[in-house]
Amino acid sequence: MNWLSWLSDFFSDPNHRSGPDSIAHRIAEHLAFSGEALLFAALIAVPLGLLIGYTGRGVTAVTALAGFARALPTLGLVTLAVLLAGVGDTAVLVPLVALAAPPLLVAAVEGVRGTDPDVRDAARGIGLTHPQVLWHVCLPSAAPTLLAGFRTAAVQVIATATVAAYVGLGGLGRYVFDGLATRKYAVTAGGAVLVVLLAVAAQLLFVLLARYALPRGVRAQRRAADRTR
Amino acid sequence: MDDEPIVRWYWIGDHLGYLGNLLADHAVIALVPVLIGLLVAVPLGLACARYPRAYQPLAAVFNVVYALPAVAVFMLLIPYTGLATQATVMIPLTFYALAVLLPTTVDGLRAVPDAVRQAATAMGYGPWHRLTAVELPAAVPYLIAGLRVAAVSSISLASVGALVGRGGLGYLFMDGFQRTFPTPIVAGIALIAALALTVDLVLVGARRLLAPWAVREKGAVR
Repeated sequence: MNWLSWLSDFFSDPNHRSGPDSIAHRIAEHLAFSGEALLFAALIAVPLGLLIGYTGRGVTAVTALAGFARALPTLGLVTLAVLLAGVGDTAVLVPLVALAAPPLLVAAVEGVRGTDPDVRDAARGIGLTHPQVLWHVCLPSAAPTLLAGFRTAAVQVIATATVAAYVGLGGLGRYVFDGLATRKYAVTAGGAVLVVLLAVAAQLLFVLLARYALPRGVRAQRRAADRTR
Repeated sequence: MDDEPIVRWYWIGDHLGYLGNLLADHAVIALVPVLIGLLVAVPLGLACARYPRAYQPLAAVFNVVYALPAVAVFMLLIPYTGLATQATVMIPLTFYALAVLLPTTVDGLRAVPDAVRQAATAMGYGPWHRLTAVELPAAVPYLIAGLRVAAVSSISLASVGALVGRGGLGYLFMDGFQRTFPTPIVAGIALIAALALTVDLVLVGARRLLAPWAVREKGAVR
């Protein structure tokens, strides 16, 4: 057996072409679940991070929290969540959100703190209120850092969602663990290849976003910085 | 799960030796790759600092490598290194560590101010002496910041190796899950966090010792 026959076995299996175990359905499950986790994490972490970054209060706590979160084993959190809250997608969502939130929080804090203080002062000087400064000045200038945080969080969520298939979650991880359980390495290999491709595609998406979707002023600033480097 | 407490302390008391063995296995699987990563990152970083053109593509490659989910990579290595072997887990962990350490090494070497470098040359330091006496010590705070991130991530990632049969303390998660018994899972999480914290503190201490001038933390915010 080799990669060619494993992958052709995997992709030509009729069960992988249509129905609940089809590749398209598994990818959709994986993306829906990752997206949901990322959305909840962002709703919690970004506003909090912007506020902490703007006021400068609690920055040390955020740094410590981010370091602590890095030490938490994903498999441990996922299995514990299911044992405590019962099998189900909601139980798995909690550790996914908990692991995606810290990089977003750190990115929001660092992004706001990285705003040029002169620009902030100037914005105050021309009469903007604090919420206006945060919204119109700090948020756009934090956008690149925030985007990098989203990239880290997205990659983390895609990986953790794969691990979570061990406790019964759908998505591409299903192939990986079903293949192991039934001793069909072709299925495991196919699933693992798809997970890797998904992670690379997510990375690529964020590279493109950083190039084309950032506010125009920020992009010009970054180009200038690149040129002088 | 109704009458099962989160932690049954007697289980932990009965299995201290077992937990100790898993902890030792975990430390080897997680930390040896970081050491290898460091041994590769320093010479590679030196080369990259000298030839920035080579660094750009290399950095891009490692950026992608760093983002590959460990579960998938472990599974893809099974045909080559086998199920439940240390190599299946340690080879990818080495690359993850390298992906963190290479940029921090290069940043550290680049952070030496030109004036300092020129001063060393003016004092008669040759390239080798300047490297060992000026440039590498200046990179130490960056290297240690990178090591902290790499070591802590490696310790938590190694537990995923349990899914391919070799994850040190990660085995406790599968064991507890299969028996609907949360005690081993809680013990595993606690021991992994404790190991990570210990290694982190050792590295902070090492920075105090090796680079006492670096009062404030620098570099490696990942």
